[in-house]
Amino acid sequence: MSGTTLDLRGRTAASATGNLGTDLDPQVERIARTPEFQQLVAERTRFGWTLTILMLVVYFGFIGLIAFDKSLLAVKVGGTASLGLFMGVFVILFAFALTGVYVARANTRFDALSAALKRSVAR
Amino acid sequence: MNRLLLGVALATIAAGAAYAAGPDLGAVQQSATNWPAIGMFLFFVLMTLGITYKAAMGTKSAADFYAAGGGISAGTNSLAIAGDYMSAASFLGISGLVYTSGFDGLIYSTGFLVGWPIVLFLIAERLRNLGKFTFADVASFRLDQTAIRIISAVGTLVVVAFYLIAQMVGAGKLIQLLFGLPYLYAVIIVGVLMIVYVAFGGMKATTWVQVIKACLLLGGATFMAGAVLYRYGFNPETLFAASVQVHPKGDAIMAPGGLVSNPVEAISLGVGLMFGTAGLPHILMRFFTVSDAQAARKSVFYATGLIGYFYILTFIIGFGGIALLMSDPSYFKLGAAGTFDKLKDMIGGTNMVAVNLANAVGGPYFLGFISAVAFATILAVVAGLTLAGASAISHDLYAQVIARGRTTEKHEVNLSKISAVVIGIVAIFLGYIFENQNVAFMVGLAFAVAASCNFPVLAMSILWRGTTTWGALAGGLVGLLAAVIMVVLSKAVWVTTLGNPAPLFPYDNPALFSMPLAFATIWVVSLMDRSRRAQRERAAFEAQFVRSETGIGASGAHAH
Repeated sequence: MSGTTLDLRGRTAASATGNLGTDLDPQVERIARTPEFQQLVAERTRFGWTLTILMLVVYFGFIGLIAFDKSLLAVKVGGTASLGLFMGVFVILFAFALTGVYVARANTRFDALSAALKRSVAR
Repeated sequence: MNRLLLGVALATIAAGAAYAAGPDLGAVQQSATNWPAIGMFLFFVLMTLGITYKAAMGTKSAADFYAAGGGISAGTNSLAIAGDYMSAASFLGISGLVYTSGFDGLIYSTGFLVGWPIVLFLIAERLRNLGKFTFADVASFRLDQTAIRIISAVGTLVVVAFYLIAQMVGAGKLIQLLFGLPYLYAVIIVGVLMIVYVAFGGMKATTWVQVIKACLLLGGATFMAGAVLYRYGFNPETLFAASVQVHPKGDAIMAPGGLVSNPVEAISLGVGLMFGTAGLPHILMRFFTVSDAQAARKSVFYATGLIGYFYILTFIIGFGGIALLMSDPSYFKLGAAGTFDKLKDMIGGTNMVAVNLANAVGGPYFLGFISAVAFATILAVVAGLTLAGASAISHDLYAQVIARGRTTEKHEVNLSKISAVVIGIVAIFLGYIFENQNVAFMVGLAFAVAASCNFPVLAMSILWRGTTTWGALAGGLVGLLAAVIMVVLSKAVWVTTLGNPAPLFPYDNPALFSMPLAFATIWVVSLMDRSRRAQRERAAFEAQFVRSETGIGASGAHAH
């Protein structure tokens, strides 16, 4: 197959700038059918969306409290600092921790699955 | 007397901080020439020009120019991403906001940060696997090159234009204020330097300027927050207690205040901050400067940490301002009987809290250092924006749409350099004519357009099989127009700038409405699209999907 299989107008624009490396058409089907690919995609998609929803719930929970229940956020925890302050700092730390969780999992599990996939495709 | 006029009334602070990236410093008078600050800034300029010279020597190919040859490490890239985020205004604006309203400053800090996890989980790796230089590469991967490049480039240029105007005007005023240079000089200096960085040094110089500035800013902010905490025995509780005692609002600063009074407004602001991040073209470009998806992933992780750390510092600095500056009349413009309003009469306006605090904790040389860093920050951010705009013109509009791919790499890069020069000149001109306009809404508009045009087109083209060219084009256009129209009809433009009696659109932040509208339009139009092209595009999703997930076949243009 030529380098522009998917170039919709049949022009060579894409290959001229080396952009669309879509010459993997015959490979695509093969990769997509491997169990490694299906497992990688299923796991990573589920994990990515789970963490996304967690982040959305935590952040919009915080924003929701600001919007609807200011008095709860004004509650004192230890002297002057309010609950809202702790929650705000918590949102920041939570965002960082969540990216850390994703990277840890990606570096171990997903990279291992990718490596297995690449071996299996190379065969 | 070079007293600065009372620049920023509380109302403008609220609007200016609405996206906290473009300091609206209001009317300012020129202050005395600040030689230590100018000296330190000159040192920064010389250093970055040296780096630009070296980068220019090594910049040969398009990959060098747009993406620093893909040779930026994850750590360096994370500093550059964090640098793009830590604009002068998120530093000065948020600390000023904490100073006036305490807790409310956290709303912006958290909003700016939480976009990053989303970018990481859903976008970053796929973007790196599919793209080359711009996010339009990714959005147009299986869709029609011409249509998608045009809508992406328009989205990019609109974001860049508004962001740039806000930064230029902010820069001019800030420099007038900090260095005692005339406004026009300041705007010209910023414009010329950003042209030099981008046109000669490309992404490599732009990245290193950003990295150096990020280190200086993080270092300076760490020192300042440390000095504040030191005075209170490293016990934040003591700092808060001291702040509550001197602040006119008293204990109310520890709880949400009037900044976001309306629930819809609060949520819309959150949506705009969160998803605007995921659609800012100059930040998305940074994912192409690293070698692979793993490095892209790591850079987001480190960057999130750096940005989060920075916002916590900003928060401490804001409270430090309350505790250390509010009871010291020498930082205020005094009234007839020696009285002053703690919230309104700060010299230079409340955006200058961090700068005045630098003087309070570190003396005039540290004040000079922080002033120089603030200028460097603006320079680095405008350079990144200029590069993003120039790439949209040369790589997306010229190479793919006008020349239809029949151009050489050398020609494209040259055109990009010319574009950078033109953007720089236009920016100087716009900075000049907008000098006395209220530009606070512009950064908000940039975020709203990024969230309502760029992000939906990008996300839907990557994540949903059914997306077609017509869908993406219509959705991007609807999102863009909706965001712009809603902002124009909102209070910031319709009332404040155009002088009408009442806003036609009740909220300051349109993202809650304009972004879902864009997604819905992409979805509906794609579903209705029965053309042959649409069928081919849906069929082509498989190949895109495999590559986005695995990186197999991903551009090798970066390795050279």
